[in-house]
Amino acid sequence: MIEVQQITKRYAHHTAIDRVSFSVAKGEVLAFLGPNGAGKTTTMRILSCFMPATEGKAVVAGFDCADQPLEVKRRIGYLPETPPVYLELTVTEYLQFVGRLRGLSGKMLTSSMQREIERLGLGTIQHRLIGNLSRGYRQRVGLAQALLHDPQVLILDEPTVGLDPKQIIEIRELIKNLAGSHSVILSTHILPEATAVCQRVVIISGGRIVAEDTPEQLAARLRQSEKISLTLKSPAPDTDRLLKSVQGVQNVFTSGAPGTFLLECELGRDAREEVARLAVTSGWGLLELKAISMTLEDVFLHLTRTEEGLAQGAVAATAEPADQPA
Amino acid sequence: MTPVQAIIAKELRSYFVSPVVYVVGSMFLLIVGLLAYLYVVFAGAQAIQLMQMQGSAQINLNDLVFRNLFSSMRFILLIILPILTMRLFAEERKLRTFEFLLTSPIGINEIVAGKFMSVLLVFLGLLGLTGFLPLVLALFSDFNWYPVLTSYLGLILLGALFLSVGVLASALTENQIVAAFVSFGLLLVLWLLADVGSLLGDTAIGQAISYLSFIEHYDHLVRGMVDTKDLTYFVSGLALMLFLSHRVVDSNRWK
Repeated sequence: MIEVQQITKRYAHHTAIDRVSFSVAKGEVLAFLGPNGAGKTTTMRILSCFMPATEGKAVVAGFDCADQPLEVKRRIGYLPETPPVYLELTVTEYLQFVGRLRGLSGKMLTSSMQREIERLGLGTIQHRLIGNLSRGYRQRVGLAQALLHDPQVLILDEPTVGLDPKQIIEIRELIKNLAGSHSVILSTHILPEATAVCQRVVIISGGRIVAEDTPEQLAARLRQSEKISLTLKSPAPDTDRLLKSVQGVQNVFTSGAPGTFLLECELGRDAREEVARLAVTSGWGLLELKAISMTLEDVFLHLTRTEEGLAQGAVAATAEPADQPA
Repeated sequence: MTPVQAIIAKELRSYFVSPVVYVVGSMFLLIVGLLAYLYVVFAGAQAIQLMQMQGSAQINLNDLVFRNLFSSMRFILLIILPILTMRLFAEERKLRTFEFLLTSPIGINEIVAGKFMSVLLVFLGLLGLTGFLPLVLALFSDFNWYPVLTSYLGLILLGALFLSVGVLASALTENQIVAAFVSFGLLLVLWLLADVGSLLGDTAIGQAISYLSFIEHYDHLVRGMVDTKDLTYFVSGLALMLFLSHRVVDSNRWK
């Protein structure tokens, strides 16, 4: 439903997104995960045809965003970062206006409005001015707006911002229910949100995609191994090879700092004792040896902190591979 | 309901729930009413003078009241219309509803048209309310209706032109105050072009510059002269301003 090929958005002095490619299948929910300023909003604005890309091609619901924006706009529901509500209108007036802009009228319009008011729990506030509503309610009105014409594709920019925990759970539940019949792309900087609602996660940082996988696989990849961080004072040229020969060690990565190694070990096997012995007998000057456990959160942090896009995956997060991983 | 009608309805709703229209509208009517009163009193005083000097007086309300009143209206409109238009696009951008509007399945021309027509309707409503002045005067005196009606045509065209300048100014910024001052500035420049033109005298350039100002064109209509040249001026100026607004709104997407 969404096909993004190599889109780049350049401003006068910086590049917001750089050759980003991904796709969202029909009925799929994709999370766009990244820190603030990573390029999430820019990508969403391009997909919603608000802003043209400098380079590359974005196809949404079968239409090119650059060539047939009106056709795309008819088929999408878009919730921008800030809920796009008119403070001087009541909730019903607002939804009526939104519906009319999208060509709904008569019974269709009233039934669609009724559906969204119910779905988002706006019944008690439907005749109040939006200007008098709390941030959470405004966000829900914004969501109602995006869903009103039952679009094939939903583009939601941080849909749960400003909601209380109970509402967050409700909205996530709602998005999960939309999967299957709708294609959803949502951006977030909250990791559990991505894992809770999405089938696939794209991690973006500094305008580039740094990883893309299912949340399960991202997590599983990490659980497969345990990691040891090792710092040596005077490593030898063949240290990598020798470390790798230690029983239970699967992979050895060197990170940027000289003398630091990251060892990936078999699950349930503590190789620290062996590694320590090897380091001492070889006279490498053992400075530090510790086991590290990585959560998905760590991966996200590491992935998004490193400048170079390490698209190979989460494991390569903290270190460049010294040997090609098997 | 078409999207343009939806925008008009929404904008009218926004105008009438905000105090701006009421404040601007009542000030407008107050000033117009006061001016009309002053011109009528002045005309009355002249009539009395003439009576004393000549024994009889034939005063011309068209000359003494209406032409003065409609000339003053240029300045009143220049002050109040930018206040009405300043919010149209600036507010959308400030409140981030601009993005919503531009991702709705409607063209930018429909958005510009809808917004312009909504404020035009508000203006026509206010202008309609000033209609009671000639009606009341007609009860007590005789005057020629024809120049009054062409003056109203002139006011409608002048107002529409001012409003289109205001729409453009509003699209240029997200600050409403800045939008209002940009339209004041543009309109004053348009006004002063007439003086610049006359300074240059009866040369081709002087005439061309004078032509760009609305002063002469509006003056013709106030005097009861309906010339296609003047109508063309207003209509083409309006179209140009709306076209530029369209371009500016479109270019806002790139930033």
